[in-house]
Amino acid sequence: MERIPIYQIGNVLLVSIQIDLQDSDVIALQDSLSERIASSSAQGVVIDISALEIVDSFVGRMLSTIAGVSRVLNARTVVVGMRPAVAITLVELGLSLPGVETALNVERGMAMVTGSTAAATASDTAADANDDVL
Amino acid sequence: MGSAGYEQLVADLDETAVLEAWERNLAGSVRAQVAPDQLRAELSALYRAFVAGVRSGDGTRSNSFDEVRALLSELSTSRARRGFSPTETASSVFALKDALFEVMGVTGSSDQLELSRAIDDLGLFTFERFAAAREAVILNQSEQLLELSTPVVKLWDGILAVPLVGTLDSARTLVVMETLLQMLVDTGSAHAIIDITGVAAVDTQVAQHLLKTVHAARLMGAECIISGIRPQIAQTVVALGIEFGDIATRATLADALRHVLNQAGYDVVLRPDRAS
Repeated sequence: MERIPIYQIGNVLLVSIQIDLQDSDVIALQDSLSERIASSSAQGVVIDISALEIVDSFVGRMLSTIAGVSRVLNARTVVVGMRPAVAITLVELGLSLPGVETALNVERGMAMVTGSTAAATASDTAADANDDVL
Repeated sequence: MGSAGYEQLVADLDETAVLEAWERNLAGSVRAQVAPDQLRAELSALYRAFVAGVRSGDGTRSNSFDEVRALLSELSTSRARRGFSPTETASSVFALKDALFEVMGVTGSSDQLELSRAIDDLGLFTFERFAAAREAVILNQSEQLLELSTPVVKLWDGILAVPLVGTLDSARTLVVMETLLQMLVDTGSAHAIIDITGVAAVDTQVAQHLLKTVHAARLMGAECIISGIRPQIAQTVVALGIEFGDIATRATLADALRHVLNQAGYDVVLRPDRAS
């Protein structure tokens, strides 16, 4: 069984999945990540799946579950780097990863959950507010 | 036509004389645009195959004329690609008739009529092949148009636009989706505008395709907005009960760009002192 490393950078946990996951790996990752979020009181989790060529419904559900778990533990989860082919397949299968936030790459994902979180949300809200005016 | 008597007519003829007359009888434009050496080679190959076919004594649709038909196919295809008119192409074959009669002299015998009919038949065949080749060219062009008509353009740093023109079917949407998503990755853009000003009609299926594209982009961390919704289309969308949900939609590309610039944190300001 492969162990997926979890790095802590400041208040953020970074998980980079580099191998195609077996179901047992998925469960192990879900367990260890939940534990780390709780013990480190992290405010954000960034999961990099740019190396994954296949995301099946099981992995999809794991991503949704981790997002749910971290929300309960007061952390934000961002899935980054999904490949175009993977995104198209998920949409064709009708899997939309509910409750999961996404970003194009690790850099943007980190920006979303760290210091610039405030800035990002602020500009989003501002944009939304402006929307009504437009 | 197994008892064709015209094979004797052709067998006695002087090949060089016929070829010369044939070449002389060709339409001027063909002579002007095809290199003389190539033209002579084409004609003599065709004539030899024709004589061989005639000697067999079978009809022009029989196996004996296979070689003639192959050569004619090749000739009509190349003529069609080079933009010759149907008349110019078919008259290349009919010129042979004039050449033959010129060399053998017109007697009006039944054998000559038979020969004339055989060449007419080959002329028709040329015409058929010509039309088929033109259709292939058209088909090829419409495929190229499909690829050409799905450009993804960069409007601003981190903002892409896809102007869609024509009809949206599944094949086309897939091309659009793949190109757009790949461009999002390549340019690291977090925003995309799908402009449907040029889309003739929006039905539930087209809407479904658009929604899929937007959702796929979202999974990758990019936000899409749909613009260019004409009043007519807005009415159709409502009448069909299509729900765009939380996907932003705008009437014009300009509105969409303003919205996206805003979301990306840009402020567009009019400076009255510089405005003309």
